[in-house]
Amino acid sequence: MSHHKETFVTKYIFSQDHKMISKQYLITGIIMGVIGGFMSMLFRLQLAYPEQHFTIIEAFLGKGGEGGQMTPDMYMGLVTIHGTIMVFFVLTAGLSGTFSNLLIPYQIGARDMASGFLNMISYWLFFLSSVIMVASIFVHTGMASAGWTIYPPLSALPQAMSGSGLGMDMWLISMAIFIAASLLGSLNYIVTILNLRTKGMKMTRLPLTIWAFLITAIIGLVSFPVLLSAALLLIFDRSFGTSFYLSDIFIQGEVLHYQGGSPILFEHLFWFLGHPEVYIILLPALGITSEVISTNARKPIFGYRAMIGSMLAIAFLSTIVWGHHMFVTGMNPFLGSVFTFTTLLIAIPSAVKAFNYITTLWKGNLQFNTGMLFSIGMVSVFISGGLTGLILGDSALDINVHDTLFVVAHFHLVMGISALLGMFAGVYHWFPKMYGRMMNKNLGYVHFWITIVAAYGVFFPMHFTGLAGLPRRYFSNTAFPLFDDLLPINQVITMFALIGGTAQLIFLGNFFISIFKGKKAVENPWRSNTLEWTTPIEHFHGNWYGDIPEVHRWAYDYSKVDGNGNPYEEDFTPQNVPIREGEEEF
Amino acid sequence: MKALFFIAVFAAIAIGFWQVAKIFGLTKKDQVATKKENNINGWLMLGLLAFVHGLLLYCMIAYGDVLLPHLSASSEGEHIDTLFVVTFVLILIVQLITQILIFYFSFKYRGNIDRQATFYADSHKLEMIWTSVPAVVLTALVLYGIWTWNKVMDVSEQDNPLYIEVYAKQFQWEARYAGADNALGEANVRNIKGINTMGVDMNDKNATDDITVRELHLPKGRKVVFQFRSQDVLHSAYMPHFRAQMNCVPGMKTHFGFTPSVTTEEMRKNEDIVAKVNGINKIREAKSKELVAAGEDALEPYEFDYLLLCNKICGSSHYNMQMKIIVEEEADFNKWLKSQKTLVQLIN
Repeated sequence: MSHHKETFVTKYIFSQDHKMISKQYLITGIIMGVIGGFMSMLFRLQLAYPEQHFTIIEAFLGKGGEGGQMTPDMYMGLVTIHGTIMVFFVLTAGLSGTFSNLLIPYQIGARDMASGFLNMISYWLFFLSSVIMVASIFVHTGMASAGWTIYPPLSALPQAMSGSGLGMDMWLISMAIFIAASLLGSLNYIVTILNLRTKGMKMTRLPLTIWAFLITAIIGLVSFPVLLSAALLLIFDRSFGTSFYLSDIFIQGEVLHYQGGSPILFEHLFWFLGHPEVYIILLPALGITSEVISTNARKPIFGYRAMIGSMLAIAFLSTIVWGHHMFVTGMNPFLGSVFTFTTLLIAIPSAVKAFNYITTLWKGNLQFNTGMLFSIGMVSVFISGGLTGLILGDSALDINVHDTLFVVAHFHLVMGISALLGMFAGVYHWFPKMYGRMMNKNLGYVHFWITIVAAYGVFFPMHFTGLAGLPRRYFSNTAFPLFDDLLPINQVITMFALIGGTAQLIFLGNFFISIFKGKKAVENPWRSNTLEWTTPIEHFHGNWYGDIPEVHRWAYDYSKVDGNGNPYEEDFTPQNVPIREGEEEF
Repeated sequence: MKALFFIAVFAAIAIGFWQVAKIFGLTKKDQVATKKENNINGWLMLGLLAFVHGLLLYCMIAYGDVLLPHLSASSEGEHIDTLFVVTFVLILIVQLITQILIFYFSFKYRGNIDRQATFYADSHKLEMIWTSVPAVVLTALVLYGIWTWNKVMDVSEQDNPLYIEVYAKQFQWEARYAGADNALGEANVRNIKGINTMGVDMNDKNATDDITVRELHLPKGRKVVFQFRSQDVLHSAYMPHFRAQMNCVPGMKTHFGFTPSVTTEEMRKNEDIVAKVNGINKIREAKSKELVAAGEDALEPYEFDYLLLCNKICGSSHYNMQMKIIVEEEADFNKWLKSQKTLVQLIN
């Protein structure tokens, strides 16, 4: 262990300590989340009250919201950046970056990541990409507005929309840097998990969080480079006149020189990352949920091996289902059948996970700490949102709901809200480990109950606007009469969205105040089994004074009974406790 | 004014934080859930179960009349509708069972110091059940789905279909009928000139009788096969009433076909549509009153028409890019088609 004197800069800014980097990811993620979330509030106002004028819109959007009404270009910029920020900056980097960094060394029993330096570089690249993305919102010609999927030719041609100028360049550069950051992180996570486990920490004794982070990192490593190549080819098409994605285009009175490319190629490359991305977001949340539910149910997670198996199955399948985003792009119908088959297969491991969570609750002794509430909410939302995937994954049914608000409702529930709830669960659960203080539980309860009610209130009705045929990314549903009658539903959705959005202020307040004023935490407040709770409350580089503890059992010995069926003194047995006399290892 | 507004908002938030911070300083309470809190949250879980399904029920009743009509306007669409109903019922059943279990267990097993949880970590039997039952159900669903997909996507020539090209550009639709030879002439954006806005190759023999229009007419009962093209960016031709959608891709032709089965006139008499139109007209009447009061013209009452909508983000007016579709009896359709000038006639 090195005991150099740490300066402010090495301790708080260019830190190589996984705990500090984890906090940096979390705080950056929260700031990005506030920006992305606030954007959604603004465009929800537009959708519910297309003819009203709002001071807040004028105040924040300036030229794009003159007179208090936003322009169609501004609307599309907002939905594009909202999607990008939420998917990549909050739920990929914010979620995975925070908890992989915090928990991997802690829970496997390591003093830090395999390479603290790479870890630091990874965070600062992520920070740089965040700065560029946020800066792109303010460029004169407008932010990128071709949707978060940035399909060319719309994203490739500045003539097609004003957001496809400098805003798009910055979007692409930001994402390229983001991908580099993400790859460095993933490499580090994989190497650390495989090599730095403490004595006795067999792969089959790893907590499910670590399994989830490992599988997530592998998926990221496989699929993110493909998005990078897609982005680079798009940069070539935009700036150097190549025709990877473009062909036969006549725009604003002139024929462009592009010939022979295909936008479908971009879609394939994009979704080869884009679909696994869903699981990059979801698996860490599922891992966190497994850990939090088991601890607070005072029961082992049901079907530990099946949980790992289904995560592996999901990870494998996730790389061969991307075509279900492209059923109506004109690809060969036979391919549609293949992708329908592989897509619906994913429902099997997902069902196994869902049933295992439910069985874990059964006959538990559920401690409703805030993290537990969010975890239960996550499982509920994951199922509600996942089930409509049976409609969207079925090519024949997708024809009529593809690109409608039904899709928007589906993916917000199944990956957006459920990953967000998983992230909140993680923050409430590991806050004592991160800051040595507790978050206020009563504010946590209020935060949870408003959030879950608002989430359902927003996204259940939204399915119906989609089933009514309303396409997504429509600036207004009242430009022609067919969808006039959807306005009241949109108003209900917006009301719930505003309530839910406001409730997040409670979280922000609770979070930042607790850092300084929260009640001091004890070493193991939730009486949990995993190794991070054996470390002292104060933070120092190296995690444990003296030797790293040795592991003797899996992480889920809660409420275990001895050979005669009598409970042990405590209802939990941490991983570093040796097997007792007469006790069988599970 | 703007600056004041911002200062006020930030001041309000700051005061809020300050007050909360004061409360934090006062709490001595342990921040781990107590028996009482377990109890309250357990009951709230039951409340959430009721809320979620009450909301679902409310949506289904209150918003039932805004949905697409149960009647598909194409015969292929009927297969899709049946598959949809089967899938939807299945989803509802699974949703109900799982959510009831989650929230009921959360309530029933809410924390209690007097009780210990049961150490129950694995059961091969249970795991087998919930792997194989979904597997069997999904296999059936996949087979049914693929069967439907193949039926819908069949654009073979055996039914002697009518060929129509749908052409997309920012922010307008056009259409081209193949004329007497039922074969569309070749086209490319490089041929776009003056009135030949779709870039039809006028040297192609097949193009001599092609007819270009801005409003789509379809004959009832005859299979129509569409060829889609785009001149600038991606668009998607979405015809929700016919359960039809296909992207329009620059540099490429895509295809989709269906057989219209309900004329516009018949659809206007459909009770779902009547209910929907009445609802919309009520909204428009209210709006008209406001307009008249402001000294403007009242809105025309809405009459139902099929629409072809753009369903792939394509630029600022993406939200307002549609084309009217009129389905009529074959005789009326033929009469209409005859009355249209061919592109050659228009150019000369």
